[in-house]
Amino acid sequence: MKKRELAALIDVSFTLNRGERIAIVGESGAGKSILGFSIVNLISKPGYIESGSIKLENKELTTMNLRQLQEIRGKRIAMIFQDPMMTLNPVLTIGNQLVETIRSHTNISYKDARNIAIEKLHNVQISSPEKRFDQYPHELSGGMRQRVIIAAVLLLNPDIIIADEPTTALDVTIQAEILQLLLSICRDNGVALILISHDLGVVSKVAERTLVMYAGHIVEEGPTLEIINDPQHPYTQGLLNALPQMTIPGQRLNQIQGSMPSLAERPTGCAFHPRCPYATQKCKQEQPQFIYSGVSSVACFMIEDMLNEFADTDKEVL
Amino acid sequence: MKHPKKDLTHPIAGSRWNHIWSGVVGDKLAMMALIIFVFYCLVALLAPLVAPYDVSDPAFMDLLNSELPPSWISGNSQFLLGTDAQGRDLLSVILYGTRLSLTIGICAVLIQVTLGICIGLVAGYLGGRIDNFLMRCADIQLSFSNMMVAIVFLAIFQSLFGMARYQQLAMVILILVIGLTEWPLFARTIRASVLAEKQQEYVDAARVMGISSKRIMFRHILPNTLSPILVIFTVQIANAIVAEAALSFLGLGMPATEPSLGSLISEGFAYMFAGSWWICVIPSITLIILILAMNLLGDWLRDHLNPRAYKD
Repeated sequence: MKKRELAALIDVSFTLNRGERIAIVGESGAGKSILGFSIVNLISKPGYIESGSIKLENKELTTMNLRQLQEIRGKRIAMIFQDPMMTLNPVLTIGNQLVETIRSHTNISYKDARNIAIEKLHNVQISSPEKRFDQYPHELSGGMRQRVIIAAVLLLNPDIIIADEPTTALDVTIQAEILQLLLSICRDNGVALILISHDLGVVSKVAERTLVMYAGHIVEEGPTLEIINDPQHPYTQGLLNALPQMTIPGQRLNQIQGSMPSLAERPTGCAFHPRCPYATQKCKQEQPQFIYSGVSSVACFMIEDMLNEFADTDKEVL
Repeated sequence: MKHPKKDLTHPIAGSRWNHIWSGVVGDKLAMMALIIFVFYCLVALLAPLVAPYDVSDPAFMDLLNSELPPSWISGNSQFLLGTDAQGRDLLSVILYGTRLSLTIGICAVLIQVTLGICIGLVAGYLGGRIDNFLMRCADIQLSFSNMMVAIVFLAIFQSLFGMARYQQLAMVILILVIGLTEWPLFARTIRASVLAEKQQEYVDAARVMGISSKRIMFRHILPNTLSPILVIFTVQIANAIVAEAALSFLGLGMPATEPSLGSLISEGFAYMFAGSWWICVIPSITLIILILAMNLLGDWLRDHLNPRAYKD
């Protein structure tokens, strides 16, 4: 790597099966969104993918040219963003934007595209889709807009939806509706979902598997329920403890001491060690490797040591 | 970030055009300007029907009638605004002249807009070296006075192809010269708006959906930059008409056989001190009112389409 370049993602590796729903959780700045953008090779300049590989059914995405990528984007992998107001073009009607998306990928008439668009609007439970079709984004409510965006994403029947904090900009009651919609749509159509979120409550409702990210690394990976019931990595434990539900009313909210290091000053060894209550000398020097703990895969020396101890006592018993 | 304000401050349903229209109706000055502009456009379009005499008809030129004063001075109702030095009815000549001036102005600005939109969009959206190159071209173009470029070009053309040829092609050449010298104004404005719009998430969203750059530029970003374009468009038509008038006044514009407002003023100026003031003054007033109306309209549009008032 050249000087003055910073790595946003290091050694991030995971697989997504057909129709599977996974979640990527972590604090702001952990690299979750960059991960999402990297998958469709849309990192804004001057960022770039230095090495590694991203495969969609054995097709390598990192080396594809723009034209091939444009075939993948939208048609195979689609993305939902945080703020539905910003994602819709303010000066074009809803219908215009939907039809535009269809027609940029397939050669069909305006009328057919319109029918598809209205059908999809209907699928995301928008009332009187014919009327909405001719409306502008500012005439719709926040939840309605996010529904429109989900409809837009579904237009080309993608295999994977990447949802980057899809409910953060919405209020709580609408959040639940949108999540339920997203979940049922993924289930019904066999669409795989990568949900990027910092909200473990959201994640637990939707995702089958969870990846916890910290400072550009994945620190823990495993089935969502297991991770939430029995977090292994100290960071995951900290995240769960920080949930308001975990606090006794009247007491101070729990938090992980300190804050996420910036890209430029990532500590040596395990990136989490300055904030970790269990950190040892070893954590400051060496990078922990992934290890299966019996619950999830974790990159942490504490877990590693614990497992080794168990193994040793097992031997002694024998 | 949410934008709840937007819905409250702008409850007007529908498009930008509705927005503009409802604004015009509420503003007397804007309404006046618009009415004047529409009146000029109508008169220009219908000049052959409205004008009492046909300018292109040689029979209509009668030197015996030359330099007749307007009817309210002479009492001669045959020529309402008097006649010019060739004995043509001044009213008819002005009507045809307005038609020419407006055509030249609008066509020239259409060239400017087309060039400006393409160059500005490409420069702003693609960025990097292409942007640098195109914007330096614009800088170079702007560092020459438009009038100077036009004068040099027209003078060279006249001496190369001769006066007769020039007179045939005068209108096309004027449109091209005025159109090609002022595109940087549009290009820069559009580039600036594109740079701002490019950061918006809807552009990311469009890219994620696999929409091609060309489509994103013209179908998604361009509509968002139309407000400033509309404002400059209006003001630039006025500028183009003035530029044409100035060139004509300098003898580099429309020939006397096919006079625009500018060449009428130029021609009349010679008779100004001989007492025939109307040949110069009346076309001048016509031109001034037109330019004033267009500038008022442009000003009003600029205030009204202020992106801060309209979009956020």
